[in-house]
Amino acid sequence: MTADRPGDRLTVRKTFKLYIGGAFPRSESGRSFVVRDAEGRFWANAAQASRKDARDAVVAARTAQPGWAARAPYLRGQVLYRVAEVLEGRKAQFAAEVGRGEGLAAPRAEEVVDAAIDRWVWYAGWADKVGQVLGGANPVAGPYFNLSTPEPTGVVAVVAPQESSLLGLVSVVAPVVATGNTVVVIASERVPLPAVTLAEVLATSDVPGGVVNLLTGRVAEIAPWLASHLDVDALDLTGAGGADSDEPTGQLAGELEAAAAENLKRVRRPPVVPEDWTADPGMDRLRWTLEIKTVWHPVGV
Amino acid sequence: MTTTSTAPLGDITGSEAALRGFLAGLPGVDQVGAEARAAMLASRSVKTSAKSYAVDLAISMIDLTTLEGADTAGKVRALAAKALRPDPSDPGCPSVAAVCVYPDLAGTARAALGNSTGHSRVQVASVATAFPSGRASLETKLRDTAEAVAAGADEIDMVIDRGAFLSGHEGRVLDEIVAVKQACRGPGAGRGGEVHLKVILETGELGTYDNVRRASWLAMLAGADFIKTSTGKVQPAATLPVTLVMLEAVRDFRAATGRQVGVKAAGGIRASKDAVRYLVMVNEVTGGDWLDPRWFRFGASGLLNDLLLQRQKLATGHYSGPDHVTLD
Repeated sequence: MTADRPGDRLTVRKTFKLYIGGAFPRSESGRSFVVRDAEGRFWANAAQASRKDARDAVVAARTAQPGWAARAPYLRGQVLYRVAEVLEGRKAQFAAEVGRGEGLAAPRAEEVVDAAIDRWVWYAGWADKVGQVLGGANPVAGPYFNLSTPEPTGVVAVVAPQESSLLGLVSVVAPVVATGNTVVVIASERVPLPAVTLAEVLATSDVPGGVVNLLTGRVAEIAPWLASHLDVDALDLTGAGGADSDEPTGQLAGELEAAAAENLKRVRRPPVVPEDWTADPGMDRLRWTLEIKTVWHPVGV
Repeated sequence: MTTTSTAPLGDITGSEAALRGFLAGLPGVDQVGAEARAAMLASRSVKTSAKSYAVDLAISMIDLTTLEGADTAGKVRALAAKALRPDPSDPGCPSVAAVCVYPDLAGTARAALGNSTGHSRVQVASVATAFPSGRASLETKLRDTAEAVAAGADEIDMVIDRGAFLSGHEGRVLDEIVAVKQACRGPGAGRGGEVHLKVILETGELGTYDNVRRASWLAMLAGADFIKTSTGKVQPAATLPVTLVMLEAVRDFRAATGRQVGVKAAGGIRASKDAVRYLVMVNEVTGGDWLDPRWFRFGASGLLNDLLLQRQKLATGHYSGPDHVTLD
C-alpha cells in the first residue's frame, strides 16, 4: 500500500519497556498495563513488572554497586552532569509527556522540566562535596587521628512519588546515586512514561548499566518483594503511602516497613504533608543513604 | 533417538583395528537435532514442590570443587565443612556428594570430612593423571593416581589424552584408561572397596558431537565408572547438548552391556535454573535411574551458593542475598 498523500505515514508507536542492568527488557511476565493521560484517555501500554523483574533489577544493582561506589566522586559528578546535558537536549519530549500525564499546560510543564534538570545538576554538584560536608577530621582527646567518611549504604529501593512524575522522580533518585549507591526505582504508577524516557537518557549518557534500574507497574505488587529482599539495603517509601501516593491510609507503607525490618533496612517513611518538589531540597536526601565510617589512627612520633 | 548395535562388545577392545572400526561405526550425532532437543527441554518450567525437590537433589549431586593453584589446606577444610553442612542454619539441607581437589590435598579433604562410612558419606574426589592437560608419561599418570588413592580419595577424575584421541590413537587412550582403572584398585583402595574412576573427556577440545559420542563409548569400554564433560579449565565447558549426547551414550551402553555408567557435567554451571535444566534432561534422556548422586553429578563451586539462595527463598518466601551464603 502506498500513502495517498505525502505525509500519510504509518504510525510508529513506541514500546515502553523496563530498564534493568542497562538494557530495556519487556517484563519477564509478558504483561503490560494501560496508561491513561490526565484526562483519562488511552495513552499507551507500559510493561507491567513482576517480582522476577524486581529480583533481576536487584541483582543488576548489586553487581553495579561496588564499581559505581569506587569511582572517584568527582567522576561520578561528571557522569551525572552528563545526564543533565542529555536531558536538556530532550526537553521538548519531556515537557510534552509531563504535560500530558500530569495535565499541565505547556508553559507550566516546561517549568517543571527545567526544574528537574536543575535539580539533577544540583545533585551532580554534590557528588564530590558530600564527603567534606558530612565527614572530616574529628577533634579527640588523645594522640589519634579520628576521621569520619560517609560511605554509600548500597542497593536502595525507591518508590517514586505518584504525582510528580519527573521532578519528583529526579529528586528521589539523583541524591541516592550521586553518593555511590545504586537504585531500583518503581516509577509513578499513573504517570510512568516520563520515567521510561528518563531511563533512555540514562542509557545514552555515561551512567554504567545497573546503577539506575527502573520498573513500571503496580506498586502494591512489586514493592513488597523489594521490601523483604535481603539484598536491598535501604527503602524509600516516598510514593508508597501518605501524602504523595494514591493510598493515603498508609497501610501499604506500614506493611512494607515491617517487611523491611527483616534485615534492618534503612527505611524512609512517606511524607506526612505533600512535599513541595520545587522547594530547595537541602541535604536530607543525600544524607539518608550514607553510612558514616569513623576510623581511629595513632598519630606518629 | 539413537540405536547402537548390540553386537558382542567383548571383542572390540581386543585389537586397535576392531576398536577403531567400532567407534567409526557409531551413528553420527544430528547436531541441529541435539541442540534443538536440548533447547526444548531447557524451556520446561519447574515450580513449587517440584522445584524444591530439584534444588535439594541438585545440592546432593554436587562435587564441590576447588582446583586452583592457590588452594591451601585451610581452603579445603573450609570447603569440606561447607560440603557436610551447606546451610548451617537449616539441618534439613542435604550434604553434597563429594569434595573435588588436587591429589596433594586429598588427604586434607579426607581428614576434614571424617571417616564415616555409609550412604551419607561425603566422598573425596581427586583429579589425577596430570590434570588438566593430561600431557605426561603413563608412569607419571599412574603414580599421580596411586598417590591420590593412597591419600584417601574415593573417586579419581582422570583426563584422557585428547591429543592421542584426535590423532586417531584410540587404542592408546583405551590402554591408559585401563591402566589408571587398574591403579584405582591398588593398595590403599581397600577401604569401602574400589575407587571410582571418572573419565574427563574435555568436550570443549573434541570439536564435534560425533567425537563426544566416540570418546564416551571409548571411556565406557575401558571401564570408566563415570564420564565427565570437562576439566572446567577450557571453554566451552559443560553444555546441555554435549551432556545430552553423553547421556544417550550411557543409556545405550547399559542397553548393550547391562552396566550402568554415571555422567558428570562440570564447568560453567552457575545458576540453579541451569542445574534444574540438566536434571530435566537426565530424566527425559536416561530416565529416573540416573536421578541419583551415584549416577549424575555436577562439578561446580559457585552453583551451590545459588542453590542455597533458591532454597532459602523457597523456605522463607522472600528473596535472599549473597550476604547470607559463604564467600568461597
